[in-house]
Amino acid sequence: MSEILRLDAVSRHFGGLQALRGVTLGIDKGEVLGLIGPNGAGKTTLVNTICGVTPASSGAVTFMGRDITRIKTYQAARLGLSRTFQIVQPFAEFSVLDNVAAAALFSQPGESLKSAREEARAHVAFVGLEAQAEKSAATLTLAMRKRLELAKALAMKPKLLFLDEVNAGLNSAEVERATGLIHQLAADGITVVMIEHLMKVVLNVCTRIAVLHNGQLIADGEPRDVISNPAVVDAYLGQQYAKRNAAGD
Amino acid sequence: MLVAQVLVNALVLGCLYACIAIGFSLVWGVLNVINLIHGSFIVLGAYLAWGLYQSLAIPPWYALPVAAPLFFVFGYLLQRLLLNRVIAAPVLVTLTLTFGLDLILNNAMIYFFKADYRKLSLHPSMGSVSLFDVVVPVDRLIATASALALTAVLYLVLRRLRVGRAIVAVRLDRDAAVLMGVDVKSIYAIAFGFGAALAGCAGVLMALIFPISPLTSSTYLGKAFVVCVLGGLGSVSGALAGGLLLALVEGVGSTLIGPAHATTLSFALLIVFLIVRPHGLLGRKGFE
Amino acid sequence: MTRVNLALLVLIGCVAALPWFGGAYALRLGTIACLYAILALSWNVVGGFAGYPSFATAAFFGFGAYATGVLLGDGLPLPLAILATLVASLLLAGLLGAVLLRLRGHYFAIASLSLVEVLRELVNNATDLTGGGMGLNIPLASGSGILADATFFFYAMWGLLLATALMVIAVSASKLGFGLACIRQNETAANMVGLNCTLYKSIAFGLSAGFVGAAGGLYAAWVHYIDPSDVFDILYSVKPIVMALMGGLGSPLGVVCGAFLYLGLEEVVWRNYIQIHSGVLGVLIVMLLLLLPHGLISLRPGMFRRKAKHV
Repeated sequence: MSEILRLDAVSRHFGGLQALRGVTLGIDKGEVLGLIGPNGAGKTTLVNTICGVTPASSGAVTFMGRDITRIKTYQAARLGLSRTFQIVQPFAEFSVLDNVAAAALFSQPGESLKSAREEARAHVAFVGLEAQAEKSAATLTLAMRKRLELAKALAMKPKLLFLDEVNAGLNSAEVERATGLIHQLAADGITVVMIEHLMKVVLNVCTRIAVLHNGQLIADGEPRDVISNPAVVDAYLGQQYAKRNAAGD
Repeated sequence: MLVAQVLVNALVLGCLYACIAIGFSLVWGVLNVINLIHGSFIVLGAYLAWGLYQSLAIPPWYALPVAAPLFFVFGYLLQRLLLNRVIAAPVLVTLTLTFGLDLILNNAMIYFFKADYRKLSLHPSMGSVSLFDVVVPVDRLIATASALALTAVLYLVLRRLRVGRAIVAVRLDRDAAVLMGVDVKSIYAIAFGFGAALAGCAGVLMALIFPISPLTSSTYLGKAFVVCVLGGLGSVSGALAGGLLLALVEGVGSTLIGPAHATTLSFALLIVFLIVRPHGLLGRKGFE
Repeated sequence: MTRVNLALLVLIGCVAALPWFGGAYALRLGTIACLYAILALSWNVVGGFAGYPSFATAAFFGFGAYATGVLLGDGLPLPLAILATLVASLLLAGLLGAVLLRLRGHYFAIASLSLVEVLRELVNNATDLTGGGMGLNIPLASGSGILADATFFFYAMWGLLLATALMVIAVSASKLGFGLACIRQNETAANMVGLNCTLYKSIAFGLSAGFVGAAGGLYAAWVHYIDPSDVFDILYSVKPIVMALMGGLGSPLGVVCGAFLYLGLEEVVWRNYIQIHSGVLGVLIVMLLLLLPHGLISLRPGMFRRKAKHV
């Protein structure tokens, strides 16, 4: 298994606030990594740092053998790093199709608007938004916007995809559907890192779990091992969950 | 001692600059509106002082308590009736609107007062004081002291009075302020009123020192801009810091490369700060 | 080519017929109409397409005026001088843009406004080159007789308007235009999908400034005498914005209609209220913004739904 992303002692501080402390992590190609931890642990900051939104204060980030520590956001996108946002960021006036076409157009060299639109249709269909293809993104419900977010991320033909709480705000039917999509992505060979609070989904889909707490990586390994790790239970999962889980085993 | 003179001049001028900018900074910081009428308010205040002195022999320091409430009401109404309608509009709209309003006010002043430069000369003249070879005209000294007093008053209002705390709350987080029960519309109007009052008072003080004409309004506005960007928005200390820095740069620049370039220097400094440190020396990040 | 853009070209085509209908006055008015339309169309690329509230138009107008003035003074023929001015303005703006366009909202507006001040002072102080505050006399560039002169400049300005319109249409149909629209709607998302926002914004800023500069150059050649406070007048920054807001922000056809309408109003006001004409302009601006926020053509209903960022 080749390593696709490597973080070496990555730290990030905002003034006095230490958001990430010496995070060292390796992600292998084809993995589905679940990134969990309490709110404010630094999960989104970690994704921002990797994708060039906020540069690391110290440490190194290597993607497919290439140092991307100081990279700009749009460059990361073109290299194959794609992400969704926790608070969705559509192009509100554009149609669903054009939203996805934009992603296809600017992340791949040599695309034309026409070919981007054609490609976009496939991705729109994949997430099940064909009926809304010509409608403006502003008219979509939250669940649909999340799917649009995903379609855009996929249109960029990512090698590594970050999903930042794709399931927040969705009902259980919608969550099932989203989980199915993620399974499909994994089957297609895309490496996925998902920030997620729904443990059901994490255990269902992830091949590995990493836990962040106060900016530090406190656990990293097989899902079953991690959720029974006392430090993890203490910091995040809680005794009740641990008991329920142990009983269910 | 040339250095001492330059420094004292900068100190005196810096406080005046701070006074010019403080109202502008308040409005920008709280309402997120760049009030292009600010310069004309200052000029109008100067005319008020001049007019009171010419016709009723009332010296400028007594014009202050007249100017403050008049301008406050003017500003309050302007915000409540006109500006409030576009408070949520993009930058473009609010800037162009205040530009239009400024055209009206400025044109009205030119029409009624004519563009000629007028000078408020006190009889008898107040002369100057000198200490260790450093000379400061007394009228400037009084203006500076008054300017500092005005900024102190604003500082106390923002710190101690309920309405002041409400203004600060709205500046820090508008939505949270709404949740705390603050009547934001009212606060906006009050803040704008304060801004206008401060501008009017600054104008009264300027009348002591500088010539008065509607043509100078853009100069005052320009200074206010630069001070705000240099010092940071919405805070009294920011206005002071910005004012002093600007006065210092202008003073030193004038001495070294000539007064003609002083304005260019200040605007170039503005651009440098906007690029390197847009929130200014003492401001908070995240102001757009 | 969309129908709206076609309508724009037809409108511009109709304007070309103006000389047949009037004498010197009509020609003068027509030349200014074309000038205003050029400024408004160019501004629209940055302000309407990309959504960046630029107040820098006067800076490049003045720069162009002086660039052409100086080149003509050195004996360069007019077409070459205008072309050189266009390129110089484009490059200058591209460079400045790369730095200034990192700012957003209010800060960008102020920085662009300050550019006008800085350039004006620089020109004022470069007396050897530009004549400083005393102004610059520009040699006559064309034929004989007032009418011939006026006709020449009308068609020159009209030609530049046509070129500007073609540029704008080309941009709006291209990847650049699509990218600018992305930037306008959501710059964060645009970055995330791989769009090099700084590059796109700089190109837009450069193109816009190039045509504004060329228009400034033609203006200088037309009036034969310029001084810094005349061409670096903030009004040259504000008027195109008002025209765009009148006609419909973002739409090239709307913006040009706004420019013509604005000129009509300006002429009427100037002739009847000369002493208070700037006050009346102010009233017009205020009423426009309060009563007619969407302009004559509202092709993009979402345009005004963005809220100013509150602290």
